[in-house]
Amino acid sequence: MSDAEKARDTATVRTSWLLSTPALVVLTFAASGPLLIMLVYSFLTKGQYGNVEWVFSTEGWRSILYSEDIFDPGVFVWADAHLTIFWRSVKLSLMTTVLTLAVGFPTAWFIATRPPKSRALWLFLITIPFWTNLLIRTVAIFEVIRNEGVINSLLMWTGIISAPIQITYTDTAVFIGMAYVYLPLMVLPLFAAIDRFDMRLIEAAYDLYASRLAVLRRVILPIVRPGIIAGSILVFVPSLGAVVTPRILGGGKNMMIGNFIELQFGQGRNWPLGAALSMSLLVIVTVALLVYVRAANRESPHG
Amino acid sequence: MAQTIAVEARNAVKEFGSGASAVRALDDVSISIREGEFFTLLGPSGCGKTTLLRLIAGFEMPSAGKILLNGQDITYLPPNRRPVNTVFQSYALFPHLTVAQNIGFGLEMQGRPASEVKATAARMLALVKMEAFANRKIGQLSGGQQQRVALARALAPAPKVLLLDEPLSALDLKLRKEMQIELKRLQLETGITFVFVTHDQEEALTMSDRVGVMSAGKLHQVGSPKDIYTRPVNRFVASFIGETNFLPASKVPGGVQLGCGAVVEVAGLTGTGTTTLTVRPEQVRLATQGEAGAIPATVRNLVYFGTDTHCYLSLSDGAEVIARLQSPSNGDVGLETGQTVALRLVQGAAQVLAD
Ligand SMILES: Nc1ncnc2c1ncn2[C@@H]1O[C@H](COP(=O)(O)OP(=O)(O)OP(=O)(O)O)[C@@H](O)[C@H]1O
Ligand SMILES: [Mg+2]
Repeated sequence: MSDAEKARDTATVRTSWLLSTPALVVLTFAASGPLLIMLVYSFLTKGQYGNVEWVFSTEGWRSILYSEDIFDPGVFVWADAHLTIFWRSVKLSLMTTVLTLAVGFPTAWFIATRPPKSRALWLFLITIPFWTNLLIRTVAIFEVIRNEGVINSLLMWTGIISAPIQITYTDTAVFIGMAYVYLPLMVLPLFAAIDRFDMRLIEAAYDLYASRLAVLRRVILPIVRPGIIAGSILVFVPSLGAVVTPRILGGGKNMMIGNFIELQFGQGRNWPLGAALSMSLLVIVTVALLVYVRAANRESPHG
Repeated sequence: MAQTIAVEARNAVKEFGSGASAVRALDDVSISIREGEFFTLLGPSGCGKTTLLRLIAGFEMPSAGKILLNGQDITYLPPNRRPVNTVFQSYALFPHLTVAQNIGFGLEMQGRPASEVKATAARMLALVKMEAFANRKIGQLSGGQQQRVALARALAPAPKVLLLDEPLSALDLKLRKEMQIELKRLQLETGITFVFVTHDQEEALTMSDRVGVMSAGKLHQVGSPKDIYTRPVNRFVASFIGETNFLPASKVPGGVQLGCGAVVEVAGLTGTGTTTLTVRPEQVRLATQGEAGAIPATVRNLVYFGTDTHCYLSLSDGAEVIARLQSPSNGDVGLETGQTVALRLVQGAAQVLAD
């Protein structure tokens, strides 16, 4: 290699580094930075009024699973309450994902099969909720399901029920709220996948003796699978970390991990526990995604 | 060849839309396709060929009329319950399956045992000479290879009738010729009734046992390629298939008289009045001056085409005639523009059209 070529290569390398600097800075400070801080905090001792004391401790991590008996210091018992919160979060997030998929698939299919003009309108309608704040959307759903809300009033007015059904402040309320709030995140990737799907394949399969169900299972679902995977991830991940929706609709009683973490950094004044919980949430999400994506890819009936 | 009717359309009408904007894609079409034959539907774009195939496949229901398969009314049977398979123009192969899985799809959906699916798929792969590609995904195949897979996939369940909607139109000329031969071979080997759609008249003539010529939703003529070419029933069929001359004429006893005064003998003609005489360019020959029935003409232009030379002539009344003369070994037909010559129409080749 000549000197000139070497110089040019060096220059190229330097330029590419320069060009990627903004991305690297963002990645360092926005992604890894906060994570590192959380990791460090989770191994420190909690301060009296929040904050942390710079003394190494595994207390934060241990208190995820065990709590010290109030009446019997030094005795640790299994932290049922924490595990219930974890379990509720995972369960509600899974249910939300399944419900948004069940509602979102027909919706996305409907939009993708409209003529191009009205398709734009339908997509626009789907994205309208994004224009308002999450808090407002959640409050809106609260108005619909509360005891004096639209649903209960209607049911009582028609005489189907005599007393309002208690929906707010239950897991069901959180479930309904999250499904409503995250539905667009399911519909959009599904729409993108279905829009790319060649509808002529349906006729081809139907021509080759496939029943309607077989067309769906053997041709449509495997081909739009990437959209299903993307939509599920986009709904599952924020559901698992949801704070606002469970706080308003669950009423502080039916906490999810997000609320629990928030609590530790607020009234709980236990930053190390909050940090350890945050890291656990990250691990749960990562593991869940790995398992899900692998299973989804393996499930394709033919390699 | 057996004369049993495999598939039949009876007075089939198909209208799209309704009211003033309704499109009549098929206008009272009746057709009988014989078992084991290679039948071609030929016609210009938009004449309703695809619509007729889709009625037979079951993707559309006729607005009126019936579709019969082996004498049974299948008009309202869904596609997955008809022993009819389609080779789509776009191939419509399943991108998530391998070549072998695509071919086995129909059999699998019919609930055949896995061993049979596998064996048949292997046999079909061999039939279309694609054994080496069994485990490829569709995206990794060329257009011609995809074509073969589409054929094998449609043939694998051994349908009573195979429908092919312009399957060769996406291929380049060389591949197209190859596939024409291949298709014909497959049809002979499997003995399955083929209903083939094309708007390429040469393809229709070379491959088919019988051809149905359509335009604007109507079926004009059904017959062997020779019938269609030599005995077109109307002006549309005559002009759509091959090149031809149209000469205005009036009926006289024993034949017709052209505008220039020459009389051409046409057998079996009755009545009087004006009509059109049609004659293929290759049936127009040079005559010696003074020969009986010779028509004087002037050479307007000569175009050399290799094996033959197209000679554009005009008759004394200004009517234009094209003669396709065989080029002699030195390539020179010995004519010059402006020269006066005598023409002769080959005995029995000229036809009077019914229009
Ligand atoms: N789904 C439909 N809705 C409305 N009109 C249609 C529909 N399908 C076909 N047509 C109309 O019916 C007529 C016949 O269409 P068809 O597709 O059968 O033609 P074709 O002979 O196959 O033409 P090509 O050679 O271009 O494929 C056309 O005028 C077409 O516009
Ligand atoms: Mg067509």
